[in-house]
Amino acid sequence: MSVDMRTFLAHVELANPITTAAGCASSGRELAQFFDLHRLGALTTRSITMAPRAGRPTPRMAETPSGMLNAVGLQGPGIDVFLERELPWLAQRGIKTIVSIGGGTVAEYSELARRLADAPGVTALEVNLSCPNMEDRGRVFAREGSAAAEVIASVRSIMRYDVPVVAKLAPDVADIVAVARACVDAGADALSMINNPLGMAIDTETLRPSLAAVTGGLSGPAVLPLAVRCVWQVHAALPGVPLIGIGGVMSGRDAFQLVLAGACAVGVGTALFHDPYACLRIERELEDLLRARGLQRLADAVGLAHRPPGSAPRHLLVDTEESAP
Amino acid sequence: MAGTPVQVTGTVLTTRRVDAYHALTVVAPGIAEGFRPGHFVSVAVGGAHTSMVTRRAFSIHDVKSDYGGTVELVFTTGGRGTAWLAERRARDTLDLVGPLGRPFPLPRDPVHCVLVGSEYGSAVLFPLADALLARACRVDFVLGGAGAERVFGAMRARRIAQTTTLTTEDGSLGLRGKVTDALPSVIADTRADVVYACAPMETLRAVTAVAMEFDIPVQVAVEEQMACGIGVCMTCVIPVIGDDGATRMVRACAEGPVFRGERVRFEDVGTIPFDALGAPGGGARHVS
Ligand SMILES: Cc1cc2nc3c(=O)[nH]c(=O)nc-3n(C[C@H](O)[C@H](O)[C@H](O)COP(=O)(O)OP(=O)(O)OC[C@H]3O[C@@H](n4cnc5c(N)ncnc54)[C@H](O)[C@@H]3O)c2cc1C
Ligand SMILES: Cc1cc2nc3c(=O)[nH]c(=O)nc-3n(C[C@H](O)[C@H](O)[C@H](O)COP(=O)(O)O)c2cc1C
Ligand code: FES
Repeated sequence: MSVDMRTFLAHVELANPITTAAGCASSGRELAQFFDLHRLGALTTRSITMAPRAGRPTPRMAETPSGMLNAVGLQGPGIDVFLERELPWLAQRGIKTIVSIGGGTVAEYSELARRLADAPGVTALEVNLSCPNMEDRGRVFAREGSAAAEVIASVRSIMRYDVPVVAKLAPDVADIVAVARACVDAGADALSMINNPLGMAIDTETLRPSLAAVTGGLSGPAVLPLAVRCVWQVHAALPGVPLIGIGGVMSGRDAFQLVLAGACAVGVGTALFHDPYACLRIERELEDLLRARGLQRLADAVGLAHRPPGSAPRHLLVDTEESAP
Repeated sequence: MAGTPVQVTGTVLTTRRVDAYHALTVVAPGIAEGFRPGHFVSVAVGGAHTSMVTRRAFSIHDVKSDYGGTVELVFTTGGRGTAWLAERRARDTLDLVGPLGRPFPLPRDPVHCVLVGSEYGSAVLFPLADALLARACRVDFVLGGAGAERVFGAMRARRIAQTTTLTTEDGSLGLRGKVTDALPSVIADTRADVVYACAPMETLRAVTAVAMEFDIPVQVAVEEQMACGIGVCMTCVIPVIGDDGATRMVRACAEGPVFRGERVRFEDVGTIPFDALGAPGGGARHVS
């Protein structure tokens, strides 16, 4: 029995639910040395900014228990170079591409959306809301429902209707459901979560913070439970909204948890640093887990953990005999 | 120039101590094939259920065609990852990705080359020396370390090079001092045309200054904290001046680890120079 792994981000169909997480696969070329990018459900680019950005000083990374901290600071060449060299490379190869954008003002996000609106090869637009709002004393957009909603409403009004707008949320907020709802009300077609919560490590040799930027984003297995919780809460509150679950996914089992919590797609970030083939392996492992549980379609597993205790999933009852080896 | 990297599960063939260092020979055919001097590999550490999520980078010290292709790594223990690696024994398996990075450019003509290495940084110079000798270049070594047992490869250097100059900071072997103290006279005596170096950033800066004084090119292999080693995470950047004169924060893993010394802004490593492309200030705003 083969499992139907197709999934939908709003009305856009992906051949499988696995995508790279923003900022963890650059713009694809490096990973293409290892495998055919068509085997991804989609590739998510790093967050593209208006101007070129040199990012933060080094050291930019510190390994932590079951995770790492990063303070890269959205280094990149800016939207012009992206449109000239990076997006066409992906588009010419027909690789499903989720373009991530990051800005410091609503106007900046809008301008990025405008520049991408007519560009061929944009499968979906992911709005990285974990950037400080320059017009509001650097308060991060994602921590503020109204600021997040303003960005999403503006970007949604600019993008073509057939390109889903995905709002990427941060976990370190008082009420993630409130932020999620504000984004959906503002027109977000899907949500992805989680971006990196803020953390810190101190080097006990130098007696100084390990990162030059002092604090940085935590990623890796350490954040998986945070991601599962966020996806669970938001799926419970907004069951119809497609969710991309991201955070600490190293294996098919991790991905399966996010799917059971309500994610219809899964982003893989830090695992790529450990294993360039992580996406392919995770997809295969997820498919095996679904098959082993008699689930014929990925879609049947989305949010399955929300069913009341004691109620066995219907397909398990129906298919057990058929799927027995 | 980079070989196409692959991920392989290699089998440890031998482990040994060389001076103060650990050496591991691993059967890794796919990596050995694409190897050029200067390439590195990244190693997954800690086993299948480890809490260590990032790989460790090591220069390739040697490749041999035995067993379909082996690579040898030389390393010193520091943190948990290298401590785990030091416990590997023959027949253990290791997950390697490589060959990674840009190798040393080789001269077309048979020129005089001085190879400068400090501590384990010397390891990467030996396959380079072999390649240079194969092109009929003259090779002279300057190797150093804190003490005698931390000078890597002195014996082998003596065997293959015209001259080998050793330096130790405690004076326990060779000249007392640093490799850069000995370098000017070696360059002068050998009439060197080019310098190759692998050492800590501070030493590379000094080596570059010496080479620039003699007005000869210098190729340096740098080390910066790496999370992925394959060019996707952007954590390993250093400020480098491009052909167009502009400074960019470039990835040590993908654009390096080998750079022309005079292009690296050593004094600005660990900062974003104000004139770097996309640096904050100059209208650019600081985001996330
Ligand atoms: C291109 C290159 C070649 C290298 N070749 C050698 C070699 O031949 N022999 C050798 O002994 N060492 C070499 N190093 C340094 C080696 O990678 C580090 O010593 C090692 O990663 C430290 O791991 P750890 O678990 O002991 O330390 P930890 O501090 O626990 O490491 C935590 C994280 O930081 C990274 N990290 C820490 N120090 C360094 C460093 N100096 N460079 C890059 N990443 C670092 C680790 O890879 C890991 O991801 C090389 C580094 C680079 C970049
Ligand atoms: C080095 C690094 C760079 C990142 N850059 C971005 C980025 O540009 N935009 C973004 O929305 N998220 C970025 N992220 C966050 C990831 O996309 C992801 O949400 C997070 O790391 C959790 O997933 P993981 O545990 O699988 O890495 C980055 C993460 C890392 C580790
Ligand atoms: S280590 Fe990831 S880009 Fe160099």
